[in-house]
Amino acid sequence: MSFEPKIIAFCCNWCSYAAADLAGTSRMQYPSNVRIVRVMCSGMVHPELVLRAFNQGADGVMVLG
Amino acid sequence: MNVTGEVGNFTITVKEHPRYVDMSKCIACGECAVKCPKKVNDSYNAGTGKRKAIYVKYPQAVPLKYQIDADNCIWLKKPGRCGACVKACPADAINFDAVEHIHEIEVGSVILSPGTSFFDPSDSGVYGYGEYPNVVTAMQLERYLSASGPTEGHLVRPSDGKPVRKMAFLQCVGSRDRNLCGNEYCSSVCCMYAVKEAVIAKDHVPGLEASVFYMDMRTHGKGFDEYYQRAKNESGVRFVRCRVNGVEPEGDNGDLRLHYVNEKGQQIEDYFDLVVLSVGLETPKPAMELAERVGIRLTSHNFAAVSDFAPVSTSRDGVFTCGTFSGPKDIPQSVVEGSAAAAVAAKVLSPVRHELARKKTFPAERDIMAEELRIGVFVCHCGSNIAGYVDVEAVADYSATLPGVVHVERNLFTCSQDTQDLMVRIIQENKLNRVVVAACTPRTHEQLFHETIRAAGLNEYLFEMANIRNQNSWVHTGDKAAATQKANDLTRMAVAKISWQGPLENVVVPITRRALVIGGGISGMAVALNLASQGFPVDLIERSKVLGGNGLHLHNTWSGENVPLRVAKMVDQIIWHDLVTVHMESEVIEAEGYVGNFRSIIKSRNGSELTIDHGVTVVTTGAKRFLPDEYGYQKYREVVSALEFDKLCEINDKHVRKSKSFVFIQCVGSRDSDHNYCSKVCCTHSVQSAIALKEEDSSRSVYILYRDMRTYGQRELLYRKARELGVVFVNYEIHGKPKVDKDEDGFIVEVWDHVLHRPLLIHADMIILAAAIIPSSGVKKLAQLYKVSLDGQGFFQEAHAKLRPVDFATDGLFVAGMAHYPKPVEESIAQALAASARAATLLSRDKMTLDGIKAEVDPEFCDGCALCVDVCPYHAITLLEKTDDKGDVHKLISINKAHCKGCGLCQGTCPKRGVSVAGFSLKQLESQVEAALAV
Repeated sequence: MSFEPKIIAFCCNWCSYAAADLAGTSRMQYPSNVRIVRVMCSGMVHPELVLRAFNQGADGVMVLG
Repeated sequence: MNVTGEVGNFTITVKEHPRYVDMSKCIACGECAVKCPKKVNDSYNAGTGKRKAIYVKYPQAVPLKYQIDADNCIWLKKPGRCGACVKACPADAINFDAVEHIHEIEVGSVILSPGTSFFDPSDSGVYGYGEYPNVVTAMQLERYLSASGPTEGHLVRPSDGKPVRKMAFLQCVGSRDRNLCGNEYCSSVCCMYAVKEAVIAKDHVPGLEASVFYMDMRTHGKGFDEYYQRAKNESGVRFVRCRVNGVEPEGDNGDLRLHYVNEKGQQIEDYFDLVVLSVGLETPKPAMELAERVGIRLTSHNFAAVSDFAPVSTSRDGVFTCGTFSGPKDIPQSVVEGSAAAAVAAKVLSPVRHELARKKTFPAERDIMAEELRIGVFVCHCGSNIAGYVDVEAVADYSATLPGVVHVERNLFTCSQDTQDLMVRIIQENKLNRVVVAACTPRTHEQLFHETIRAAGLNEYLFEMANIRNQNSWVHTGDKAAATQKANDLTRMAVAKISWQGPLENVVVPITRRALVIGGGISGMAVALNLASQGFPVDLIERSKVLGGNGLHLHNTWSGENVPLRVAKMVDQIIWHDLVTVHMESEVIEAEGYVGNFRSIIKSRNGSELTIDHGVTVVTTGAKRFLPDEYGYQKYREVVSALEFDKLCEINDKHVRKSKSFVFIQCVGSRDSDHNYCSKVCCTHSVQSAIALKEEDSSRSVYILYRDMRTYGQRELLYRKARELGVVFVNYEIHGKPKVDKDEDGFIVEVWDHVLHRPLLIHADMIILAAAIIPSSGVKKLAQLYKVSLDGQGFFQEAHAKLRPVDFATDGLFVAGMAHYPKPVEESIAQALAASARAATLLSRDKMTLDGIKAEVDPEFCDGCALCVDVCPYHAITLLEKTDDKGDVHKLISINKAHCKGCGLCQGTCPKRGVSVAGFSLKQLESQVEAALAV
């Protein structure tokens, strides 16, 4: 079986999360490997959170804001 | 349709066109548009793409509901012939029997904001538009550059789809042009949009060459000149001052040939892939018809006629306007006028404020703190939007296995009214204490569900959404297994997060219903008068001995209205208004507090101090004139500033009387290294003075030496008039500033003439310098007192240049007038009215409710390191020190929840887990991450 990465994306409610919604409205297709965590600002994402994601098996972490 | 009655008591007749789609049923899934067989030109995309006869105007439309274009719909043309949308719609929302409705509405004030249309070059075929496919308008380019446009943001030639390598912008198409279209005015916005589009295009396409052919570069707004310079110096956009003769095809491959004369006077032939016409603004025909029906006066160029001292009031009492209807203007100024119109409309309505308001009531909240987790999950089908791509039954079954979940429900449309009622019942019957809805996005639906669970007696924050539509079913349409798996994961994450959620309280802040206005110039007085007329008490502080500020030095506005008379009238109204307290010769020395609850201490010149409690603060401290140090200013009495020249003319000074030759020099101190911005008003001021000189005595020689003549909007007519009267305009560049020499006869001004391509020597008896406008003294101190920012030039920095042009980033503080940026009277007053409207949104209430998503301190972990204090952009955190019984000092932060916006920068910074945002705590985010990676 081919490698399927697990990706965590922290998305700011006001920009990237809204953009992810808009991608949906526009029916843009992308791989289903990403799991979005909504935050009120990308600045609230503590470095520890990123490390914890890797520690628990994430292959990639995106902080979008 | 019609407006009858009078101010305070209008009846308006409105025709509502049928939409043929039931707004309450449409879920914006778009199935109808997929099935609709009729393709039409998409006017939103300026004709660059196609849409269907059933459509939403653009993806971000509010409300996001479809509509049918009756002119193109097959069924509406011939009933029975199509009806594909009816079959496709899962929500049964199509209604071909819809008819137009006539509404009669009783109102107190009316605001007309019909907006603008763009000059259509196809009628005249100017520059080959309509004939050569690679000649497009700037609006079409805007769509090509947009990610949601016809080419998804790829810049390609319309003729053959080849990437664009070289493009040209031609300015002033349909503006400043009497011959082509009669639009003699300047459209004000095209220079800036061309610069912006050129920069964006170059960002999109590395190596793209972009040239802008212009007459005068009119980037007179705040920050615009800097942007223009960056476009030139950093992005490498080429600017050529010339009018292009014509556009011709080069061969038959779509290339275009341009002829022009460059700055050196050489004839140039150049080739481009794409030619963009920077089309000007026009009043749309329906707006003109509206003006006629409502009975308001238009100017000769079909803009709503307004006064400079009442910039949003039309000629009919109680009918107001805003935006481009009263003249071409950009977004910031239109937004300002939007709020300004609200302020003057509210003045009419203030006696009946809140009379039509209704209050929603909710049952008392159930205390759930002692309860075990009882989570309910509602999985939405959204018709087939989710159920078509996700196995919703499997998601529901899976949800039931999650820890804490005691009830699972599936709904065809979770947001429909009947499901809302059902949810309330289910929550109460099953004693649910937390709710998860797996459906669309919290950005549009969270508020609705908050109200639903409140109606069921739950705290509104005991709610979470799993976004399984926008971020799942819609973007993984081809893989049901993966989408179902992801829906399971997203639901699990939501359940994990809500498990850690407790009830939150909304923050209620009382409001002191009193305004403090700092600065008694035209703007400050306009704010005070509007707020007082809306019934709010105002304290107006003025540093000097007189009210009026810079208005005291002006004679006429650009349109010729007498300034001293109007200022005197304002002063009079201020002094006699019961609700305005004027504090002359006073300054703020201390300030504290936050939105709704400020406390300022002011000190007057005689040393007395006064404490004022106020709910809002409006900064209208104005600006001051720059004292030049070049061109012989302060050395020769015949070299004067523009304001000094006005005074000399007024007293019929002998220097002016006996002088035969006058030279105006523009941009003295402006657009230069020290003050790198345009002072906005000086071009018009010099042109007006020059006209007056010529009208008084046509034998006088009058020269204006300028860099770009920025007589924007309808001021352009003054520029034309000056030229017709024989005023000589000579363009100079920053690297070739004029030189002034004194001889026994007067002065010799030497300037490089760009038409003759040789130095021009002008004999001058008087030299008038258009000196810059610079920030007022003491603004730094004031900015520190109220913790607001200044921009790089020392003017006050608004929260957002376009969307919040009179707000500061900190709530409850507003700015207007030249404290924000140099500007003419009518723009200052519009901004003052806008600030009043914004202030009134607070002052009209005795308390305000803020959401509960706020930072909270955990005293067990916070050690008072104060790292968060510096990163907080809202100054919401302070460091407290306490000494305990043993004499040990304990440090702890304290959060002002009225200031906190819940951004969580503190949470992201804290090394000790001492502060977290309720609803997005580290624990909750961790549990989401953990849940996401658990399977």
